[in-house]
Amino acid sequence: MNSRRLFYLLPVIVFGVLCAFLLRGLSLDPSTVPTALADKQVPVFDLPPLDSQTKGLASSDLVGEVALVNVFASWCLPCRVEHPFLMELADNGAFALHGVNYKDKPEDARAWLDELGDPFLRIGADQDGRAGIDLGVYGVPETFVIDRAGRIRYKHVGPITQSDLEKYLLPLIRKLSR
Amino acid sequence: MIVEIGHIALIMALIVALVQATIPMIGAARGDGRLMAVASTAAGAQWVFIVIAFLSLMNAYVTSDFSVFNVASNSHSAKPMLYKIAGVWGNHEGSLVLWVLILATFGGAIVLFGGNLPPALRARVLSVQALIAVGFLSFSLFTSNPFERVFPAPLDGNGLNPLLQDPGLAFHPPFLYLGYVGFSVAFAFAIAALIEGRVDAAWARWVRPWTLIAWSFLTIGIALGSWWAYYELGWGGWWYWDPVENASFMPWLAGTALLHSAIVCEKRDALKAWTVLLAIVAFSLSLLGTFLVRSGVLTSVHAFATDPARGVFILGFLIFVVGGSLTLFAVRAPLLKAGGLFAPVSREGGIVLNNLLFSTAAATVLLGTLYPLFIDALGAGKVSVGPPYFNTVFIPLMAPLIVLAGIAPMLAWKRADLTGVIARIKIVAAVTVLVLLWSVYRAWGNAVFGAFGIGLSAWLASSVLFDWAVRIRLFRVSALDSLQRAIRIPRAAYGMSLAHFGVALLVAGVTASSAWRTEAIQVMRQGETISVAGFEFLFHGVVRAEGPNYTADRGHFTVTRAGGLVAELWPENRFYPVQQQPTTEAAIHTTWLSDLYVVVGDPDGQGGWSTRVYYNPLVPWIWLGAMVMALGGAVSLSDRRHRVGAPNRRRRRLMAGEPAAEVAR
Repeated sequence: MNSRRLFYLLPVIVFGVLCAFLLRGLSLDPSTVPTALADKQVPVFDLPPLDSQTKGLASSDLVGEVALVNVFASWCLPCRVEHPFLMELADNGAFALHGVNYKDKPEDARAWLDELGDPFLRIGADQDGRAGIDLGVYGVPETFVIDRAGRIRYKHVGPITQSDLEKYLLPLIRKLSR
Repeated sequence: MIVEIGHIALIMALIVALVQATIPMIGAARGDGRLMAVASTAAGAQWVFIVIAFLSLMNAYVTSDFSVFNVASNSHSAKPMLYKIAGVWGNHEGSLVLWVLILATFGGAIVLFGGNLPPALRARVLSVQALIAVGFLSFSLFTSNPFERVFPAPLDGNGLNPLLQDPGLAFHPPFLYLGYVGFSVAFAFAIAALIEGRVDAAWARWVRPWTLIAWSFLTIGIALGSWWAYYELGWGGWWYWDPVENASFMPWLAGTALLHSAIVCEKRDALKAWTVLLAIVAFSLSLLGTFLVRSGVLTSVHAFATDPARGVFILGFLIFVVGGSLTLFAVRAPLLKAGGLFAPVSREGGIVLNNLLFSTAAATVLLGTLYPLFIDALGAGKVSVGPPYFNTVFIPLMAPLIVLAGIAPMLAWKRADLTGVIARIKIVAAVTVLVLLWSVYRAWGNAVFGAFGIGLSAWLASSVLFDWAVRIRLFRVSALDSLQRAIRIPRAAYGMSLAHFGVALLVAGVTASSAWRTEAIQVMRQGETISVAGFEFLFHGVVRAEGPNYTADRGHFTVTRAGGLVAELWPENRFYPVQQQPTTEAAIHTTWLSDLYVVVGDPDGQGGWSTRVYYNPLVPWIWLGAMVMALGGAVSLSDRRHRVGAPNRRRRRLMAGEPAAEVAR
């Protein structure tokens, strides 16, 4: 084969290499943020109750049933958007819904819950954000799905929408409840 | 019922496409005219079936038929009519139907305007087109069926992504697809030529108008997308080197190279294999773009909902089409006879240099876009490649290209007298130097490099005008004589001048808006004023407003300059409750020399609002330039030699003794 022929072969060779990478790329997911905590045990925390009307939240409370832990704050506008949705999810029998009140003043959070309703079984107050750091929270709202053994199975960043619930959360919860 | 008719029509289209992809090809190989004639009939039938399918889907959207899964997922009854219609292609499944519709329309256009094509070439071109249609129709029917029903039907739909509910973006995809898919015609011609083993001037003359159409539409499509990003994303930028943007830019770069090399092929019977390769590459990059956007291989701000099964399908199709055509190229292209010779300094030489720069640019963008994937696939971690890379490598490639565009059109074919041309363009050089000095003076101490961009723009613009003045012998002969000469210049030459002038406008806009943009980001309270680039922006606060399917926080600014009123601006921060998604609507006042651009953000909880104010000099010239470029394409397309039967007329006129120099233009 002479060099002139090789020149004409070059495009298809380059394309072949490209395809090998594209094929490999299909099995990689670039959008997943590496969550160090995925499928790991919930870090140990013990948060005091928000006020006398609620029960506090500790990592030990998350063992025994499938739970959703929603990290929220009264200063967070998307949380306000998400809240009516959480109200619909309250007392559903399929899973426990707990809240972590993140870097908030207890009286603000109380006023917020009085205004919009309280969907949570337990609310831990994380005023200084320490538990948030352990959980790897980097924006509110965030929602963790935790299985019966107390392992984090999924983290949803941002407000939960109907389609998020149907696409990701409910199938997972159903699987974990079996 | 209508939905099922649409589904059946799409299946019928696939069957017809299968016939069209095989029978005429066999006919062309055997020289059987009846089998070749199947191509035209099939192309017409395919078009009719796909139109039926498209209209059925559109009907489902317009009537908000939420029993169709695709409509329920992407539409909403409270959506304005424009976005119900645009919603058809605002999602993966529907956009594929638009894609095949455009593909079939191009097929129909080949039948309609290809009367003077040799029958075998026409049959093969239509066959290759149909082969592409088979791929996309199967993709649609087997992995992304737009007509799937859902039971029970939801009461209302999920709505279209609010970011996409915008007039600019409603028309962005059709133009983009007209560009992408338009390159399929050049591709089909290239494959047919490789099969026949013959590429000649006639072939190039057939390919060029189709490339021009595709290129013009793609130019408009990219400009619309960038315009949308400019006013909708709210950061005052107009190009982010996002993978999806790059996916549309790479075929444009390859297509621009093809546009130029096809001229050499037509006029001088040279660069044949290279032109064929570019035709394959331009369409391959369109397909690659489709793969990148829809497979989820790369992250992007506006990727479609992705699905690995779809990725596998497109990759398979990509390997079949691109791998197959490049293999065919490797086998057949060496057989193409080399054409006319030319000296390095000549019009051909200029176009070869243009092609080298454009292909390097396309390769550079490809490398930058796929680099994160390469690194990830090699297990070396996750990286992202951003604007710094692209700006660093792209600008040094574009600058010589613009210098070249200012001089190459004045070079003669075959062998040119470079020193003679340089001596002639003293005026152009003088204008360039003056503008350069003026902008260095104006910009002193503030991004002086921008002055060189303005200098490049002045060089290209003045050279286009100078070249025109020379051709019509302005001020050397009487005004009437000049006018007659101006009328006699072929439209293709005007097309080139317009397109190059558009590039000059674009370069000025890009340079000025990146080098001398002024921005101010701050928290403002009602009654506060901020001064940006000599304009006073008085903030009147924010009121709550209601749209048809959103609520908005609407800010109000009064802009004055030296006491005189310039504009009232109402930027909005919208919230779409159906999708639970906010969007930013920048308020823009344009003077055509600059844009005043205001965005209102979130409240700080203490009565203040975060606001962003930008002064973007010459930014409208970016889109103006792109439109002038596309207009140049359209004018060039109207040149008489592209019209049906034109080659014959042309030959007669040549014999009648028209000066050969005019024809060579």
